[in-house]
Amino acid sequence: MASFLAHRLVQAVITLLVFMTVTFVIIQAIPGDVTRLYLSHPRIPPEVRQAMAERLGLNRPLAAQYLLYLRNVLTGNLGVSFSRYPTPVWDLVAERLPRTVTLFLTATLLSFWVGFTLGRQLAWRRGSWLDYAATGVGVSLWTAFYPLVALVLMWAFAFRAGWLPLNQFVDPELWRRAPVDANHVFQRLLGNFALAAGVLAAVLWLTGREMTAGAGRLVVRLSGAVAVVAASLAWWQQSGLARFAWDIVRHMVLPVLALTLISFGGVMLLMRDAMLETLREDYVLAARARGLPERVVRDRYAARNALLPVVTSLTLGIGGVASGGIVTETLFSWPGVGQLLLESALSQDYPLVLGAFTFTGIFLILAHVVADLLHAVLDPRLRVRGGEVGAGE
Amino acid sequence: MGPGSRGARARRAAWWRRWRRSAAESWRVFAESRIGPAGLVVIGLFALMALLHPLLMGRVWDPAVYDPVTGYDPYLPQHPAPPSAAHLLGTDPLGRDVLSQLMYSARAEFLLGVVSALISVVIGTLVGTAAALFGGWVDLFFMRLADLVLLFPFIALLLLLSAVYEMGLLELAVLIGVLSGFGGITIVIKSQALAVVVRPYVEAARLVGGSPWWVLRRHVVPNVMPLSFLYMMFNVTSAILSEATLSFFGLLNVRTSWGLMIHTAEAGGYLLAFDRYWWLWLPPGLAITLLCAAFYLVGRGMEEVVNPRLRKR
Repeated sequence: MASFLAHRLVQAVITLLVFMTVTFVIIQAIPGDVTRLYLSHPRIPPEVRQAMAERLGLNRPLAAQYLLYLRNVLTGNLGVSFSRYPTPVWDLVAERLPRTVTLFLTATLLSFWVGFTLGRQLAWRRGSWLDYAATGVGVSLWTAFYPLVALVLMWAFAFRAGWLPLNQFVDPELWRRAPVDANHVFQRLLGNFALAAGVLAAVLWLTGREMTAGAGRLVVRLSGAVAVVAASLAWWQQSGLARFAWDIVRHMVLPVLALTLISFGGVMLLMRDAMLETLREDYVLAARARGLPERVVRDRYAARNALLPVVTSLTLGIGGVASGGIVTETLFSWPGVGQLLLESALSQDYPLVLGAFTFTGIFLILAHVVADLLHAVLDPRLRVRGGEVGAGE
Repeated sequence: MGPGSRGARARRAAWWRRWRRSAAESWRVFAESRIGPAGLVVIGLFALMALLHPLLMGRVWDPAVYDPVTGYDPYLPQHPAPPSAAHLLGTDPLGRDVLSQLMYSARAEFLLGVVSALISVVIGTLVGTAAALFGGWVDLFFMRLADLVLLFPFIALLLLLSAVYEMGLLELAVLIGVLSGFGGITIVIKSQALAVVVRPYVEAARLVGGSPWWVLRRHVVPNVMPLSFLYMMFNVTSAILSEATLSFFGLLNVRTSWGLMIHTAEAGGYLLAFDRYWWLWLPPGLAITLLCAAFYLVGRGMEEVVNPRLRKR
């Protein structure tokens, strides 16, 4: 496993280098040099342009410029935004990166779970009305024009029904007298979720190991979940920030829902196809012949083996979800890196576009490594190359 | 051995008969999938729309009123006007006929889809088969490149490029074609080609002294062609969706497109009154979804032909 990890990390570093080189080439391909863009911008004084040329080493040879560029990116030194002059690009990106990561992770996990569960059902009942209906819905959501889907959601849940806020990250009316800023509360929320998820996972794992399946285990698990939720709620209540946290959560519901809706279709269709293949395998027939309950045959034998191609597609789908994330953030005016990227592209704020672009790339390469590791944990065959067959479990 | 000699002609006739038989067999499987022909019908309808537009424009519709870009109907009191006998799908906030824009855009979408799909398939097939045949560094380089392309969100890169350059439809088509050509298609074609290059006839062709290029062209490429066509269909879907998204945000320099029509409605603030101004968003939105779904369905139908394991047994 260790050598597999090392192999993957080396690959990720090379990918990162290639990615940064491509970005550098794009910058170089802009007619003139970068400082010319600064020159034509009314908000940037000429001294800044001079300093910029100095820092980017524009009077030095191309190779030196390239190395300097690599150093600047790796140290977070991305220049100053045009449209929000003089805020450094790095500050803008750093403020928004956690939000984008949260949106991305939540939507990916949700769409995986929904797609997996539905796809399993569809394959199990091939040819039923459910199969046709869900396949139809899946295909149309998958090929639908996404901005329109998001707008319909906004219209239905926010504009007509008024259940959820229309857009934005928080409600400015409520936050005007808030004691802390939104990012502070958001970070607490993330910490809370991570802790709760960790405790819940521990409870599940411990009860799975120590207790036998049955009503008793279910009671212990349920009370554990209730306790975790109650503790979180109590903590927010005593901190006096509960209202604000709730506001942030409410604003997240629609973007996450929209992104999930367009991503689960692909997972569902793939899971259905993969499971149709595993259902024909001999070990499924053998499991049936042994008289195992249908649920066990479906979940333990057919679905588990169908999982692998789905996980592969998850790795391949990272870019797609990220594209969807950019559109989502923009449509819902949800201030993440994606929205920053689109806004700065529209206002021709080059340093900001490049900064947002670079960090989107770095984040995705990391996500790719994580997905690969997950894949290796699930599929022992991938670890064989590392020479430690089955060492993980 | 000239092409006109009797032996060559007989061989060609035999080949042609075989081809016809296998084409008929493929068509049967394709037709049995039911979703494939359904997709074909929808594509045909859109093609008809695209072809009818120039005819209507000269004979039935007055260009001053119905031109998709510069037209304006001065006889209506206010725009956007709901559907009427003169404007079957109403007019947009700028007083232009929605149906005319819809039909005119269909041509652009076909152009975009077909150009980008062709480019991507040519690149993907050549690179994929070459990687399988030569292996080694060629293989390593192109596979890593494919990883990178796959990983990267199209929209982000297109955003960056549209911020730096003025991009029109053709530039976008070429860009999408090149990007997706070096991406997923390469990987799929390569894995298929790997199964082909180990077959005895490829080895035989090499042994009798066939150059790598000849082996590639004569034996490997024809055998991965069905798969290439399959990916071409899926690529049309993604090209149309990318264009619509970029146009929707007003980032492309195009005359009209379905995405731009929705952009116009949104910029005018009509989109949050969905039910009142349905003719502004429903026709282009439905057109994007239908055409994309149609190409996707044709792809799925072809998949049943190419991959026998998917067939119902």
